[in-house]
Formats: sequence, structure tokens, C-alpha cells
Amino acid sequence: MKTNSLLLKVLLGAYLVVFFGYLLGPLIVMSFTAFNSPSFPKLTPWECLTFEWFDVLANDERILNGIENSIIIGIGTVILSVIMGLAGALMLTQIWPKLRATYYTIVIAPILIPGVVLGISTLVFWDRISIMLGMSTGGILHNGIFLTILGQSTFIASYCMLVFIARLQRFDTGLTEAALDLGATHVQAFRKILLPFMKPAIGSAAVLAFLASFENYNTTTFTFGKYPTLTIELAQKVRYGINPSISALAFIIIVLTVIGALAHEIYRRRQQLALANGAPVSAVAGSFQLPKILSGNPAAIILILLTLGGASTIWFAQSYSPDSCKMDVREQKRLIQEERIKAIREKRQLNIQQKQHQGPDVFGGSKSTAPATQSPGKGAFGNVFDPGNLDKSAPAPKPEKPVTSPGKGAFGDVFSPQNLDKAAPKED
Amino acid sequence: MTKGVDVDLENVWIRFGNFVAVREANVNIKGGEFFSFLGPSGCGKTTILRSVSGFLEPSDGKVRIGGKDMAGIGPNKRPTALIFQNLALFPLMKVWENITFSMEVKGASKAERRKRADELLDMIALPDQGEKLPSELSGGQKQRVAIARALCAEPDVLLLDEPLSALDLKLRQHMRTELREIQQRVGITFIYITHDQGEALTMSDNVAVMRAGVIDQIGSGHAVYNDPATPFVASFVGENNVFRGKVKSIDGNMALVSTNRTGELLARIATTAQGKLKVGDPAMMFVRPEVLNIAPDTSPAVNRLTTSVLHEEFEGLIYNVFMEGSEGKEIKMSLVNVGKQRQSAEGNNLTLEYVPEQAVVLPAGELASE
Repeated sequence: MKTNSLLLKVLLGAYLVVFFGYLLGPLIVMSFTAFNSPSFPKLTPWECLTFEWFDVLANDERILNGIENSIIIGIGTVILSVIMGLAGALMLTQIWPKLRATYYTIVIAPILIPGVVLGISTLVFWDRISIMLGMSTGGILHNGIFLTILGQSTFIASYCMLVFIARLQRFDTGLTEAALDLGATHVQAFRKILLPFMKPAIGSAAVLAFLASFENYNTTTFTFGKYPTLTIELAQKVRYGINPSISALAFIIIVLTVIGALAHEIYRRRQQLALANGAPVSAVAGSFQLPKILSGNPAAIILILLTLGGASTIWFAQSYSPDSCKMDVREQKRLIQEERIKAIREKRQLNIQQKQHQGPDVFGGSKSTAPATQSPGKGAFGNVFDPGNLDKSAPAPKPEKPVTSPGKGAFGDVFSPQNLDKAAPKED
Repeated sequence: MTKGVDVDLENVWIRFGNFVAVREANVNIKGGEFFSFLGPSGCGKTTILRSVSGFLEPSDGKVRIGGKDMAGIGPNKRPTALIFQNLALFPLMKVWENITFSMEVKGASKAERRKRADELLDMIALPDQGEKLPSELSGGQKQRVAIARALCAEPDVLLLDEPLSALDLKLRQHMRTELREIQQRVGITFIYITHDQGEALTMSDNVAVMRAGVIDQIGSGHAVYNDPATPFVASFVGENNVFRGKVKSIDGNMALVSTNRTGELLARIATTAQGKLKVGDPAMMFVRPEVLNIAPDTSPAVNRLTTSVLHEEFEGLIYNVFMEGSEGKEIKMSLVNVGKQRQSAEGNNLTLEYVPEQAVVLPAGELASE
């Protein structure tokens, strides 16, 4: 029995290691590649600890532009989806009971329809509408942001609706009646009774909608027009080869996610502890340690964490200079290179000596291959890393803030193209 | 202080599809009255209340409040305030915010609301509890907050939908008195819904007894208890022993009923049945447990019956003796516990007697289910 249970424990442990390795391994490996100096994301050989890829990221116009578009579209989608989702959920509670099942099936359908189909249909539908209205092709109905928001909202609104339905099921309609009875208008009853009750659900639906919008690729790819989102940009980048700045972006997102999740967990635990120790509900809810603007405002907390994180990164980057290390590596490389060149020269001379008549042709060929191996890193080593540039890098992580919260899985997906590429260096 | 206004239901019918929830209700509730609708669950009493508060339009007939027809006027425009069965306190608002909600929606300033909340909290004897959330209050406190919230709206009519049903017995009895006191202090019309006849009788000026959508009787507690209009009222309000039989003879207000098992018994004909009940009609005779007594001797009479004791139950103030009745039912007799030696050993035969004027004869009809 004893050995049996021990075996079981070992097996369980092994399974957990494999399982978490499978889940988190790629993320960890990718995070480390963000700090390695070679210009292709790789973990081995480890050359120099560097922050230059954050700098490259901060100066990558396309990525920044993609993030900006993603955020604009994300906010638009959040607004539209939350409103539509709430309306849809409320409708479900009001609708004639016999129609309820049918209605539910209809509004849930977009979740089941492939995103590609939604993307194409959005494009075709609004194109038709635009033509019907006689608008030019540059009009709002052909605008990439407009179309992407509409296209994504078609199914994200359904996700939101599910969240709202779950919350609404616990709502006592007697409360609305009580409000009406006390003289409130229907609008007041909605605003003062139902909306505060729905607030937590609205929060989670908004986060869900934003994450779903941010990571969406297959619908967006049809509708983005002139406004590529981050996922679109990343996908396009992958085609032309990537550098570790994408790892840097992934690292920022992972860190923000972890910090956000931890902060939320700490807050929740502390609240539970206070309640368990007999603190009254109103006191716990009311005496949140942070100033009023911040209480119950995750965005503000994240912003502060972000600023702190950004500041400390910049400080560290300024105090630590990888230049000497890089010089060493470059020196080493140069030495290796020289040795190779030397070897080639010797070989060539040998060749020349051996086959005097065939010289010039081989000479040209072998010389051109040697510098080619060196070139990809060179551009990045320039003066990118001086402290002046670093200050510019601060805004880069900022627009990222709403990303932090629960959607770890979501972001894992976004970066899958890079994960795939990690295999590449080993073939080199 | 607002003066209560009349509430009139004129020929009100309320239907849900084919189901008739309320049938031809005609009620006249006077201003400042404490009026109760009493009936078993599902009899349509809450439906009537909802039609008064405006959550439901009657299918037919009129609801008037203060003489004004309320058709098409929403609940937020009616001079009524409803206390819900589950109280429906707003869980996310503090107690004082709950109480002054009706002022908030009218745009009263915070200072005004606080002041009024403090007054009302004093009135319901919960000072300094304003900052709490409803979930931190006990059942009785919540109850009082709900009352304060309704009164804060300064309604002309206060509607109460079984507000005490969730409380335990002690608290319920305490709240009865408190509610009655509040009603007398504010002087507005109270319409109270309950299935508990004790509540209805102790608090109300007038009671309407309902059965399956029909109002069987409207009258004071005394009238409903002592002079029921239907067998249903007789059996639903308080306890009653039923004797089925046929009318043998009628003499003025008194009728002699030949019962199936217990011989011929004399009783007063209920007011509503006087002149209608005829010799030979199937009838029901009702004798309350407290009206029955042990006869001094065993000689037969028209106000005496003999039966055997089944078992006994001691309640403290009274003790109940259960005896064999007709159709498998037991006859219950309640005797005040005054320390006398009891003669009711199990299996003994007992001769009971009663004052014929305190027993009631009604045409046979539907009884309340036990």
C-alpha cells in the first residue's frame, strides 16, 4: 500500500510538472528570449542580458499602431457589446415565455458560427448597405474600425449576454416593483436599482469583451481595412521574420496579467479575512484602503502598477549597461569570424596553391557568405540603447493596461506565431 | 399628517387567460381604516392588492382611490405604498438610503433625506442603524425598515402583503401590536393581506374573507367570527366543529337540525341565511370548541350531545379534549384551565352542552380544507 501511494504521488507530481510545463513552458521560454541579445528570439546560446528589445518594441511604429487600433476597437466593442448584451439579456426576461427558448437559440447562435463567416458576412452586408445608400467607398461603412467593431460585436455581445443572464437570474424583480411603487419612474428604477445590481456583471462582461476583441484574428482579418490591429500586425510580421521585441511585448503582457491577477486575489482574500473576523459588510465594502477614485476601479490600480513597473524597468535599464557584455560578445564573434576568415583564407590559399588556374571564381563566393551570418544583429546594436531613447519607451506599455486581467489563455494564443518560431534557431 | 382616503373596488374581475383569479369583488374601504383580506394561499388576495397598487389592471370593473378612478395610472403615480412579502429592501443601499428612496427619486437633497431618515429611524426605534446594510439587520428590524420606507413616501394608502409571514411567532405577535399602533398614529388607510386569521382579527377594523377568488364575507372581526356568512368562513376563521344534517324545523331565528350521528341539535340561523333556509334543506351546524362545555348531567336535550373521548391535549391556558365525531372527524372542546379536576379520561363517554345562540346553522356548502 505504502509504495503504491508513493508511486501514485510521484506519478501525480510528474503529471503536474508535465501539465504546467505544457501550459506555461512556452510563455516562460518566450519571456526569457526577450532579454537575450541575439536578434532572433532564442534562449540558447545565452549571450547578453539586454533590454534593447523593449526599446525596439517602443520604436516599432507598426506594432504601436496595431496596439492603438486594437485598443480603439476594443473600447468600441466593449461599449457596443455590453449595451447589446444587456439589452438582449433584459429582453430574455421580458419576452413571452413561449418564445424564450427560440429567442435564446437565436441570440446565442453567433457564438457557434465560425468567426471567418461572421467576418465575411459583415464585410459583404455593410458593403451592400453602403451601396444601397449610395455612399462612396471611403465612407464610414467601409471604415476598418467601424466594420471591425461591428463584426466582433456580433458574437462578443452574445458572450456578454450570457454573463448578464447569469446575473439577472438572481435579480429579484420585486425590487424594481418596490422602486416603482415608491414613485420612481421606469428609468429611475433601471438606473438606481437594476444597474447597480448589474455592475459587477457589467465589469466582467467588459473585461471579457475587451479580451475577446483584443485577441480576435479570424473575424478582424476580413474587416480591418486600413486599420490593422495588433494581432493582424503580428501575423503579418511573422511572414517577414521576427525579432525578440515581440517576446518583449509578450513579456509585458504576461507580467501585467500576473500582477493584475495577484492584486485581485490579494484584495479578495483580505476582504474575506475581514469578514471572517466579524467586520460588518458595510465597513469592509466602504473602507477600501485606496483613495476613492481607485476603489473598485481596477483600471486605475493597473495604471499605477504599470507606472511603477515601467519606472523600475527604466531605472534598471539605465543603471545596468549591457554594452560591455555586448562588446565582449561582439569581440568574441569577431574573433570567431576572423578565425573563420583566416581558415577560409588558408583554405583558399591552399586551393590556390593546389588549383592555380581556378582562383577568382571561388574567392568571390566564399567571401560573400561570411558577412551574411553577422548582419542581422548589426542594425540593432547601433545607438538604440542610449538613455534618451529609453525615456521614449515609457508610453509603449501604457496602452496595454486593460489587458492585464484574467485572460491569460487569450494572450497565449495571440503570440502563438512566435512560439512556433522558437524552434527555428535550433535548425540554424 | 395625511388623512387616509377611501379605496373602492367596484365589480372587479381579474383573469389570467382562462383562469379567474378574482371574481366580482365589491369592497368599500373607508379612509383611515385597517382593512384585511383574509384567505388561504392562492385565493386571489395578493392579486387584489396588486390591482390596488397598480401592478395589475383589473380585467373588468374599477379601482378607485379617494374617489378617483385609477385605470391607466401606474404604480409610481398612485398614492399607495406597498410592503412586499419578502420586503424587497434594496440590498445595495444603506438603511437610510432605503428609507428615503421615495425622496431621492423626487430629487430631494441629501441633507433633507438624512433628516427625514433620522426621524423615521427614531419612529421605528432603530436610531443609529442608518449606516448599515439591510443584510446586517435582523428580521424584525428589516420589517420595520420596510415600513419606514413605505411611510416615507407619505402614501394615502399603505398596502401590506403578508409582511409578518417570515417572522417567528413571538416577533409576529409583537409586530402586530406595533403595526396597529403605527396605523393609529399616522391615520392612513392600511390594507393588509394575510392567511393568518389571528393577525386579521387582532389588527383589523374590517376583514374580507376570500375563497378561490370570491369574497365570501366582509365585516368586523366579531361579525366574521361569530356570524359567518358561509360554511367556508365558519371553518376558515378560527376553529369550528361541523355537524352535517337537514333542517327539521325553524322557529324564528332558531333552527333544529337533525344531524347524521349526534341527534337533533338546536342553533341560531346565521344572519345571511335567515329567511332563506327552509325546512328540509341540507344544512351545516357549527359549534366552536370554546362554546362546548361538559354538561352537569347526562339527560338528553336539543343542545346536548353524547360522545366518547379519544384523546386530550394540554396547551397551558386551555386544554383541548378530542372526541369521536361523524365522518371520522373529531369533535374538539376547549376548556379553560382553571385548575379543576378533569373528568375526561380516555374512552369515557361525555355529555356536552352549549348555548344554542352561540352555535350557527348555515346552508350546506364548501368547507375550508384543513
